[in-house]
Amino acid sequence: MMRLELVKRSEKSRLMSVLSPVVAVALTVVFAGIVFAAQGHNPLTGIWYFFLEPITSLWGVEQLITKATPLVIIALGLSVCYLSNNWNIGAEGQLTIGAIVGSILPILFPDFVNPVVLPLMLLMAMAGGALFALIPAKLKTVFGTNEILTSLMLVYCSNLFLDWMVRGPWRSPQGYNFPITVDFHEWAVLNAVDVGGIYLNLSAPIALLLVVILAVVMRSTLKGFEIRVLGQSPRAGAFAGFSNRRMTAFAFALSGALAGLAGMMVVMSEIGKLQPVISPGYGFTAIIVAFLGRLNPVGILIAGLVIASSYLGGEAIQTSLQMSSKLATVIQGVLLFFVLAADTLILYKVRLVTGREGEGAHA
Amino acid sequence: MGEGTGDSTGEMLRRVGGDTPLLEVRHVTKRFGSFTANDSVSLKIMPGEIHALLGENGAGKSTLVKIIYGSLQPNSGGIFWKGRPVTVGSPAEARALGVGMVFQHFSLFEAMTVAENIALALPNCRATGELSDTIARVSANYGLPLDPNAHIADLSVGERQRVEIVRCLLQNPELIIMDEPTSVLTPQEADQLFVTLRRLAAEGCAILYISHRLEEVRALCHHATIMRRAKVVAETDPARETVNTLAQLMVGNEITRVVRERGKLGPEAILLKGLTQVSQEAFGVSLKDIDLSVRAGEIVAIAGIAGNGQKELFDALSGEEPLEKEDMVIFAGEAAGLMDINERRLLGAAFVPEERLGHGAVPALKLSENVVLTRHGTGEGIARRGFTRFGKAGRIVETVTSLFDVRKGVLDPEARSLSGGNLQKFVVGREVERTPKILIVAQPTWGVDAGAAAVIRQSLIDLSRKGAAILVISQDLDEIFEIADRIAVISRGHLSKAEDADTLTPEKVGLLMAGGAEKKGAAAA
Ligand SMILES: Nc1ncnc2c1ncn2[C@@H]1O[C@H](COP(=O)(O)OP(=O)(O)OP(=O)(O)O)[C@@H](O)[C@H]1O
Ligand SMILES: [Mg+2]
Repeated sequence: MMRLELVKRSEKSRLMSVLSPVVAVALTVVFAGIVFAAQGHNPLTGIWYFFLEPITSLWGVEQLITKATPLVIIALGLSVCYLSNNWNIGAEGQLTIGAIVGSILPILFPDFVNPVVLPLMLLMAMAGGALFALIPAKLKTVFGTNEILTSLMLVYCSNLFLDWMVRGPWRSPQGYNFPITVDFHEWAVLNAVDVGGIYLNLSAPIALLLVVILAVVMRSTLKGFEIRVLGQSPRAGAFAGFSNRRMTAFAFALSGALAGLAGMMVVMSEIGKLQPVISPGYGFTAIIVAFLGRLNPVGILIAGLVIASSYLGGEAIQTSLQMSSKLATVIQGVLLFFVLAADTLILYKVRLVTGREGEGAHA
Repeated sequence: MGEGTGDSTGEMLRRVGGDTPLLEVRHVTKRFGSFTANDSVSLKIMPGEIHALLGENGAGKSTLVKIIYGSLQPNSGGIFWKGRPVTVGSPAEARALGVGMVFQHFSLFEAMTVAENIALALPNCRATGELSDTIARVSANYGLPLDPNAHIADLSVGERQRVEIVRCLLQNPELIIMDEPTSVLTPQEADQLFVTLRRLAAEGCAILYISHRLEEVRALCHHATIMRRAKVVAETDPARETVNTLAQLMVGNEITRVVRERGKLGPEAILLKGLTQVSQEAFGVSLKDIDLSVRAGEIVAIAGIAGNGQKELFDALSGEEPLEKEDMVIFAGEAAGLMDINERRLLGAAFVPEERLGHGAVPALKLSENVVLTRHGTGEGIARRGFTRFGKAGRIVETVTSLFDVRKGVLDPEARSLSGGNLQKFVVGREVERTPKILIVAQPTWGVDAGAAAVIRQSLIDLSRKGAAILVISQDLDEIFEIADRIAVISRGHLSKAEDADTLTPEKVGLLMAGGAEKKGAAAA
């Protein structure tokens, strides 16, 4: 008899921590192939349409960047949470509340039209997202509630709140009773400019800038050090004079602010008004992005692009193979599953045990 | 408790015979990268034998026993159990064979209770009332009192170790590996443990015993294997050796003696006035009206049995637990009771906690990063305008390494890859190198070899003679009498008056530790 066993490594494998996302992506592609085959398609054709075809055109690349941008921005904030041992699952809600708060200006003050509206909206969205994220943070530090549950439940609150806002107080009088707000004015939207055939707005460079900033913060500032120490060893963190409570508040506020910022920019560039649904689950998908990117800023940038391509892939197989675009969600879930599974290889190695050896050890 | 220690131990010392070794290790080699931690090591343990494994810090003792226990795999060499070759792929397999282990750095879950932690280690076992009864019975039986429902987080290091030992005993092992079990125990607790160990040996259980305390090795062990720089260099009957000859076998040369001359006393640098604090933790000890003063230029030691308020006192002094009034702790003339730990460090204070991994150092961070951990807020420019300067921290690592002879495989390793004693040298050295005006240190030589202990103790004395006020919290009476100018005893949160070390004897201090510090009647008895 033979069996596979996991053997704990004496040290983390460097090679595996780089390789494990690659392994996970490869396994996901294989899995997708099996699904295509099960649906009666040629797996290779399916894989081509899902993973590659979307980015063969300039327009596809533009879409990829547009979809990756909010994912990357949100995942950066989440990575700070997760590194410091704060489990914020509610970025989707922080995104929504941020977008609502930022939209106060164009909706309630439609006559206030000038260039400061744009940065003001972004700042207000960040403040809104941050304050909303502080609710689970405070519940955690004051009452010891589990932040995973509270932050997740607040997502539903915020989505219902948005729904109510656009159907009730903020519904546009000119909207033929559709649940939408008034269209934002010219200074309340992000316009795309032509960059070598690809139309991009301000949000992509902002995301890149944030990647660089967070990379520097984590690598060489005291704050980054504090985040790592408190995440790994709260007691040693207290000995260093760092406060766990303040870190919880900081991490939640930061990720809430970034989620709010991302949400606002999505609304300002793609929609131009508020409506019942403003995000295709960016706040949840960003969790996958954060882990796939190894909670590392540059890794998150790459992971954001990989995951964004699955959104495009979903649309592509819908048109070309008449399959459900929900497959994209399945693939994202499976990818997270494989990432976490492959991570086991960093701490463990797989060993083949033959029957005789195994018996010897148990005799 | 209450059981006498009057067994005729001499009888039990006699070796229990047997031809095949219970365990044999043949030519085991273990490498970490390019560094060889075990180099063709061989070892034989007979049933019922108490076998000492000795060697200086970093010699490779813990590595070897981790291989026997299955938590590390050797690069080459073999293990034989009762004469049959075995591969020990994991600790679970080792336990199935009948090997139990008490680790040098504990492996307990802080948020769980004693019973839950023990249940985790036993196959198919839940933390039921029955288990709690068994724990209470076994622990009382072997003189290791434990409350099965206490949370690990609330226990002192000494108490945590009892949990590890009891957990191990419940699995009825045939071989128990103990990696420095007594380094955190008081002499009385250690004596109690020896009674337990001798009884186990008499029942036929073999014990592989790692310790840096050569006296106890001589008294307890039947056989000794001595390692130096990854190799076995000698085997001997420890009863036939003296402490000095054993130490020479280990270190390869003579150990310098600690010299202590009276220093010039300066002003009071540490002043505790009516330090009172009700413990917030379920099994914590409340500090009761503690008064103490330590002057610049002297070392005051606080002796006491683990779990009598040492942890709480340390946290109150370091500022990790906030106090009620600011004048309960006065550092260098400034009321520091309400300050946080870095504000206190800015007053010139430095702290070394008893638990080096997870409190004094972050296991997965490099040594240079662990320098930043305690020295970023001391105004030395290790953090400037929010940026950390790891280069500067790296140079401090080099200085500490050479001053305290920290042995490590690579230039800047992760803290957890250091051997226990070498990490201890690092966490003490990290603070001493700063030449603080006030140093509060718990168990300064926990787990370091005789040579390194002398180096650390001498460095504390030298620091105090240069004008620092030093408060040492220790359970090691030999150490206390070697370095302290004055001695106080802590017992259930009360602190006795600090008395001149020359007027005290270890016996008298031992009596105070056993409860006399609070009850006058007991001291007279
Ligand atoms: N995981 C690891 N990675 C790299 N080096 C290691 C690792 N574990 C141990 N070492 C090195 O191996 C050597 C032996 O370590 P070990 O813990 O066995 O020493 P020891 O004899 O138990 O010392 P001590 O008395 O201080 O506990 C040390 O120099 C240590 O730095
Ligand atoms: Mg060791």
